[in-house]
Amino acid sequence: MNKPDTIYFFGTCLIDLIYPQAGISAVQLLQREDIKVIYPQAQTCCGQPAWNSGYRDEARAVARTQLALFPKPIPIVIPSGSCAGMMKLHYPELFAGQPDEAQALDVASRVYELTEFLVDVLHIELKDLGEPVKVAVHTSCSSRREMGVASKIESLLDQLGNVTKLEQIRKTECCGFGGTFAVKQPEISASMVLEKADTIRATGAERLIGQDAGCLLNIGGTMEKQGDAIPHQHIAEFLWERVKNPSPPSPLSLKGRGGARSSSEEAPLPLRERGWGEGESS
Amino acid sequence: MISEFRQHVIENLAKPNVRANFRKAMDGLMQRRLDQFPDPAELERIRTQAQAIRANALSKLPELLEQLEAKLTDNGIHVHWAETTEQANQIVLSIMQKHNAKTMIKGKSMVSEEMGLNHFLEAHGIDALESDLGEFILQLAHEPPSHIVAPAIHKSRQDVAKLFNDKFPDIPYTENIDELTQAARTILRDKFYSAEVGLSGVNFAVAETGTLCLVENEGNGRMSTTVPRVHIAVTGIEKVVEKLSDIPPLLSILTRSATGQPITTYFNMISSPRKPGEKDGPEEVHLVLLDNGRSNIYSDPELLATLRCIRCGACMNHCPVYTRIGGHSYGTVYPGPIGIILEPQKAGLDVHGELTQASTLCGACGEVCPVRIPIPTLINRLRYEGVRKDASTTPGTGSRRTTAEAAAWKSWSWSASHPAIYNFGTKAAARLRGVLPMQMSAWTNVRSAPQLADKTLHERMKEMGVADE
Ligand code: SF4
Repeated sequence: MNKPDTIYFFGTCLIDLIYPQAGISAVQLLQREDIKVIYPQAQTCCGQPAWNSGYRDEARAVARTQLALFPKPIPIVIPSGSCAGMMKLHYPELFAGQPDEAQALDVASRVYELTEFLVDVLHIELKDLGEPVKVAVHTSCSSRREMGVASKIESLLDQLGNVTKLEQIRKTECCGFGGTFAVKQPEISASMVLEKADTIRATGAERLIGQDAGCLLNIGGTMEKQGDAIPHQHIAEFLWERVKNPSPPSPLSLKGRGGARSSSEEAPLPLRERGWGEGESS
Repeated sequence: MISEFRQHVIENLAKPNVRANFRKAMDGLMQRRLDQFPDPAELERIRTQAQAIRANALSKLPELLEQLEAKLTDNGIHVHWAETTEQANQIVLSIMQKHNAKTMIKGKSMVSEEMGLNHFLEAHGIDALESDLGEFILQLAHEPPSHIVAPAIHKSRQDVAKLFNDKFPDIPYTENIDELTQAARTILRDKFYSAEVGLSGVNFAVAETGTLCLVENEGNGRMSTTVPRVHIAVTGIEKVVEKLSDIPPLLSILTRSATGQPITTYFNMISSPRKPGEKDGPEEVHLVLLDNGRSNIYSDPELLATLRCIRCGACMNHCPVYTRIGGHSYGTVYPGPIGIILEPQKAGLDVHGELTQASTLCGACGEVCPVRIPIPTLINRLRYEGVRKDASTTPGTGSRRTTAEAAAWKSWSWSASHPAIYNFGTKAAARLRGVLPMQMSAWTNVRSAPQLADKTLHERMKEMGVADE
């Protein structure tokens, strides 16, 4: 499709509550490309947790509330492969035979995962203003296998001259999050995420970049508990940090929540948003 | 309370050696498969072909089964139908009894595992010996298979060496694989000649020609089906394909997906008992066609895809859960992703429904399945079957529904479909419990607790003046 003037932004519930900075950065990246962003304040959750637990009526009630939020024929951009996959691929299943099936199909047809949108629709060009940094990338299974957009995050990072990508072994293997799986089968999930954390740490990367808040919460939270955390960041936040003016923050300003987490000995300074760009008040 | 499944999982996760065996074996199998499909476009082309062959066969399953029976009968092969495993066992027993047979040599057959045939025959004074090396090892160790293609994959070379030394003290201790194999062969060779009946599985049954196809690497399948006077084949009703020309593409994708071999060492096509003037082959051949819940699966247009399976095992080789917990944790004949969808449909969601939770829905299984069974979609469907309130054809429908969980999802749903309440709730830490209505301790065991941001994205967007339309 051609570059649109206006898009809807669906922030996802995990970003809403835990990683708002990722959502803010995504919006800033889009705005910088001269796109008007609409953020429907009535948005809540895509409904996936209930859908994946088999509670289809409950999922549908929540999904139906979201369907009403996107009346204009413009793209819906979502900074998560998992939530994008829910809307794009599973709304059609969830609403099959329902009175609002046509609306669900229409919404589904306009859904883009953020990196997909940046690369395939905006053909975004990034200029890296950041210091050299080594990163490891974890692509969520939904981005990779459901949405088929795993190459997008890689190509975005490849545009950044000062960023070196390091590859963990078994990169494509699931981190063990799986939504409610992590709490329903905690032992299996733990065995998966502990290995994932180890393989990422073994790369020597200074930062972990992901495109789904669920995986980041899982892997990042595990590294933190282990006490040897590599800061983790959502791709939107990382990209914004690299391309915005003025120059990027020192590691100390990587904030505790909603952003990369520092594993340094020093206590993180309470400089929550210093240097994180315009449009933020605190 | 921790379920039986989770108990198995906890025990098996705590066995570093077994875990290492699985990890190493699965890594190897994944690589070998990958090496067989250097061209992704070509892989997709042959997956499409294989899927079409299996889907076509299922679309005319009743007719093809009739045609198969007629052709086999023409060819002189006796066909038996068994609705349940008990019936299948009885059929095998009565054939044995008719011949006054007390000994059986077995090629590898997952359907015979499904039937619990060895135990059943043993209880009737019949000695059934496994001749597949992996199955032979497991029979010695009194263990069930942990993988459908490589049943003893959880055992290391050292494990096998110790086992052999224990069971056959006359044979000198060795950890050399060739020597161990040779020892097993020597033991088995005699049994092949003395066994009265040979039993095997079937990989594909061709309706057009009445041909039973058997894929194997050790030659024991050929021995089991040709040396004894009577050969009994057991298989599920879904194994039928329409035409002989369906076989080459299926065989090729099966062996490449399963073990990363372009073709196996042996491929047997059995189309009749020994004919007059022929020097070898059994005098009598029987086929037992087992239903055991399959026709019920067949009645659901979506779940029917389960029956496309050609039992290659690629889904388990690529499953990050199977790789860690191993085949025995599942407590079923078929482990891994195929087991997750097949076993609850056969035995009921009330019996094996928890297995549907043993998946992150990462999609690795569906990505490699040679016949493109949408395994994650079917897992999701079975989770729904487990908690739905109305009736359906899947056994045990609704049996996984608990009042507490249903109430949690209801309250989550109510909150997340009332934005005013949701946004009010987002200000409170208690909100997170609304998003994930589960116990937090399961999360924080190995992870730090998620911390809520001071301000939600909703609030930040408002502050940034982002349009709300
Ligand atoms: S479900 Fe697919 S991948 Fe798994 S064993 Fe069957 S054919 Fe192979």
